[in-house]
Amino acid sequence: MRSLRAAAALALTGCGASPTYLRGSGYVADRLATLGWGLLAIAAAVVVVIGLLVLAAVLRRRPPASTDRMSSAGGLSWIVIGGIVVPAVILLGSMVYSLRVLAATDRPEAKPALAIQVIGHRWWWEVRYPGSSPQETFTTANEIHVPVGLPVQLELTAADVIHSFWIPQLAGKTDLIPGQRNVAWIEADTAGRYWGHCGEYCGLQHANMMMAVVAEAPAEFSRWLEAQRRPAPTPSLPAALAGRAVFTRTACAMCHTVRGTEASGVLGPDLTHLASRRSIAAGALTNSHGNLAGWIANPQALKPGVLMPAVPLQPDELHALVSYLRDLR
Amino acid sequence: MTVATAAAQLRRLEYPRARSPGFWGMMLLIATEGALFAYLLFSYFYLGSMAAGPWPPDGPPSLRLVLPNTLLLLASSGTMYWAEAGVKRGAVGRLRIGLVATALLGLVFLSVQGVEYSNKPFTPATSAYASLFYVITGFHGAHVAVGVLMMATIAIRAFLGHFGRNRHDAVTNVAWYWHFVDVVWLCVFSSLYVAPYLG
Amino acid sequence: MATTAPAIPGRAPDERLHQIWETKPGLLGILGTVDHKEIGRRYLVTSFLFLIAGGLEAVVMRLQLTRSDLRLLQPEQYNQLFTMHGVTMIFWYAAPVLSGFSNFLWPLLIGARDMAFPRLNAYSYWTFLLSGIFLYSSALVGQVPDGGWFAYVPLTRDAFSPGLNMDFYALGLVFLTISTTAGAINFIVTLFKLRAPGMSINRIPLFMWGTLTNSFSVLFALPALTVACVMLYLDRGVGTRFFDPGGGGHPLLWQHLFWIFGHPWVYIIVLPAMGIVSHALPTFCRRPLVGYTTVALATVTTGILGFGVWVHHMFATGLPPLATSFFSAASFAITIPSAIAVFAWIATIWTGRPVVRTPFLFMVGFIVLFVIGGVSGVATAAAAFDQQLTDTYFVVAHIHYVLIGINLFPVVAGIYYWFPKITGRMMSERLGRWNFWTMFLGFNLGFFPMHIAGLLGMPRRIYTYPAGLGWDTVNLITTIGSFVFAAGVLLLVINVIYSRRRGLPAGPNPWDAYSLEWATSSPPPPYNFAVIPTVGSRHPLWEERLDEGGRSILSEGPALDEKGEKETVESSPLDSRLTDVLRMPEDTYYPFLHALAVMLTFYGLLLRSHRVAGVGLLLVALLTAGWLWPARRELREEE
Repeated sequence: MRSLRAAAALALTGCGASPTYLRGSGYVADRLATLGWGLLAIAAAVVVVIGLLVLAAVLRRRPPASTDRMSSAGGLSWIVIGGIVVPAVILLGSMVYSLRVLAATDRPEAKPALAIQVIGHRWWWEVRYPGSSPQETFTTANEIHVPVGLPVQLELTAADVIHSFWIPQLAGKTDLIPGQRNVAWIEADTAGRYWGHCGEYCGLQHANMMMAVVAEAPAEFSRWLEAQRRPAPTPSLPAALAGRAVFTRTACAMCHTVRGTEASGVLGPDLTHLASRRSIAAGALTNSHGNLAGWIANPQALKPGVLMPAVPLQPDELHALVSYLRDLR
Repeated sequence: MTVATAAAQLRRLEYPRARSPGFWGMMLLIATEGALFAYLLFSYFYLGSMAAGPWPPDGPPSLRLVLPNTLLLLASSGTMYWAEAGVKRGAVGRLRIGLVATALLGLVFLSVQGVEYSNKPFTPATSAYASLFYVITGFHGAHVAVGVLMMATIAIRAFLGHFGRNRHDAVTNVAWYWHFVDVVWLCVFSSLYVAPYLG
Repeated sequence: MATTAPAIPGRAPDERLHQIWETKPGLLGILGTVDHKEIGRRYLVTSFLFLIAGGLEAVVMRLQLTRSDLRLLQPEQYNQLFTMHGVTMIFWYAAPVLSGFSNFLWPLLIGARDMAFPRLNAYSYWTFLLSGIFLYSSALVGQVPDGGWFAYVPLTRDAFSPGLNMDFYALGLVFLTISTTAGAINFIVTLFKLRAPGMSINRIPLFMWGTLTNSFSVLFALPALTVACVMLYLDRGVGTRFFDPGGGGHPLLWQHLFWIFGHPWVYIIVLPAMGIVSHALPTFCRRPLVGYTTVALATVTTGILGFGVWVHHMFATGLPPLATSFFSAASFAITIPSAIAVFAWIATIWTGRPVVRTPFLFMVGFIVLFVIGGVSGVATAAAAFDQQLTDTYFVVAHIHYVLIGINLFPVVAGIYYWFPKITGRMMSERLGRWNFWTMFLGFNLGFFPMHIAGLLGMPRRIYTYPAGLGWDTVNLITTIGSFVFAAGVLLLVINVIYSRRRGLPAGPNPWDAYSLEWATSSPPPPYNFAVIPTVGSRHPLWEERLDEGGRSILSEGPALDEKGEKETVESSPLDSRLTDVLRMPEDTYYPFLHALAVMLTFYGLLLRSHRVAGVGLLLVALLTAGWLWPARRELREEE
């Protein structure tokens, strides 16, 4: 189990490094990283200086006391300089700089290339791409593709409880709040896969609500967009064909949509192009035959509390179903 | 000379009597309860500012019952003031009548509010506005009810002869509480009933 | 425990006063005592029990997070643990422990015989205890709160949190606010009305400025929590729509109300602790605190500014940039009064002659932790960067540096400092050193790596995390550190228990300190002082050695209680001129019974039983009338 999840994490991040935001890969995250390094450097310096002052104050040698008289004199300049003047200067400078970063990252300079809707659910991400006609709009889940180097607007809301959209290497968090439409934006500098995690406690499986943003060169992005817009083709392999029958005949179709079939449930993620995604269960597992079978057979084993029920299937039904799902490229 | 006698002499000669600790306790209670109502009204205006449609959703509430009810509550502050002024001069009879009158006016206020509730076309679960309406007026009504109970208790004490010219701290404290409840009502009345008419 | 040690050194103990003031024997004494010292001791012990409960909850959580993908806990169990850890520590430990110190010390600090409202004092303890029992009774029915200590809606509405879990939370908190509010009213009136003659407002110990500020903050902040919890309870049980967007409500209403309360609350739980340091540090530096007036003003300023920064908990909620900028600026500004206090302490050490004992070590450790917590807070004040930091372990690191650093460390310093006064024995200095270093090093080992985990992208409130994200090592170090820290807390408990029996006997003033509590025996007699002192300066016991020119009179003054009844003096708020003599109440069952009736009412509300709640309210009404009904002897005299 551990290696499966580690593999999923690697699949999401695209490399073995931590998703630290001290190293940005996007317009917003770059500026936030610089601001962050600055604040942390000041913080470290303050701690070191004051720590040394405290140590010196305690340990410094004093001439032996000649009387037991005490004095209440002296020391006020410490308060004025150390407690008021120096902090005021540092704080004012940091504040002005941070407010400028806030203003600079609030909205993109250019008009966004596209606007994507993200709707938070427990515990997955519904992603809707717009289009100029119904054939061009489509819904996917948990994996967002964007063109590199262009600003992309995100319209965020939630279907149940508050979630938070967070791709640390691209931008800071913006909450998904039921009843409210929040707008955020991202712009990736370089092509790659960027790890994301829900940033607001949302119940039992908050820990396993992850996603990926894939930034691609414009040509590849267009290709992906075209492929996603197409409905699922009829499968050629017999196993997959049998699997489609299982899908549409059983409970799967009650919650999931596969465009091009009768399955049009909206309670769970859209699976039309499931096989094009690198992970399943909101980033919890890599998208493989074995993982899919295990997930469908017993969702509670991986994500206790998840809302997807275990649908009882015969082994050959399960095998066929997974073959079908693996075919949904 | 003991401290007690010295203080008593000081009191009679130069300084008006300082307010008792109990009085300040009541003032602080009023401060915190006032903050409570401030937060309730904040919630009302906050949700109103976020509302998609009109606020209140069904238009301004009717003033037919609430306007005379407000005057009634103001009158009860008058009777309370009259009662307290009476006992400060030693007129215990005035105290007794005034306390009973105030308590009765308070009860009538609550009854009229009950009638208003039954006339409303919404329940607390109908909408956020409805929830706020009932919770805000309900919290106020609860404070009135507590005030009536306090009034009844000191009325009983008044009839037992506990109060006089030199002993009426409890009356003062209850009076301040009652006036506070009145002021809160004016704020609630202005916010929930008058402001919607002002557009 | 009775003592016949002299109330003033060199003066014979007063048998008459002792008889008037001592706690009654038997059940009346146990359930009905109004002695502020007994109530203070109970507060301290009870809040420490809650600290240990919260600590055990944390230790279990740390075990689960030692490595990626552990399965020691189910997610529901983890969520209950982190919720109860936060709720217990922030509400049932952090504020009550400070009330415990305030309760024990205040009358001693101001030369009075008791608090302004002794029965209300007992009541604030009983409601504190019973509300905690109410909250933890949720474990008996397996419905422990699990929505986080901050309980955001819509997650905590009934649709997503069915069961009684969050009802225990909402009602338990409203129950506790009764205790906190009663305490705040008591502290404010006591400070302004009961000081000994001559103790003008600029001579009161700085510890009292801390509790005074936090008491005013309590009065104005807690009602926001009450409103929020009542709304949550009604949304869950009656179907109101306060937080339901479908009905015109809004989830952010909860967040505004909660944080309008919540941010002042964090100052409420640290300002008195900072006051403990301002009060006790001078003793170990052999000089008065540098900048008394400045620190007093800084304390009050922090309390006021604390009401103007709450939105910094909501930087990611999509607010307009103008609002975000304002609250970000205010959050930067609030650092300044804290910096003033830090440098006042450093200046006092620098210009003084440090005497290194265990309380001093904890106070120095506190300063270091304060600064670390403060600067991590400045990082979060920068709204744009906070949108990365918020909801990660960086914030967990920050809050523990400020809470453990600025509340727990001064509290432990206070325990070592005042243990002799409370029990008449010194704590072991040797064990104290071990205690300090274990706690200090364990704390930093446990919590410093959390800054790194947060910067590496680790979110909060997750019951597990996958391998391969680089979080394993920091989490392992944190778990080890937390165990070392827990061992340190255990050493404290051992030292307390050991020293109660075997500690060196302490005289009235073992630290050669300057304030009035050290002018009476250890432990103090029930009547605190045989005569009411007259105060001439901020440092009554150091006057002969200081150059301030004050002259306090400690061995002569009014003894009061001539008619054989409890009395203390009343004075004017600012100058502390004598204005009257106040009669103090006897031990009584009313506060305990009233608290029980309130508890019954809350159980009625929990179970949605009109009958139970109704009976509870009826009892509350009757007991209130009985409590406030004058005793016959009172009616005989003028007011």
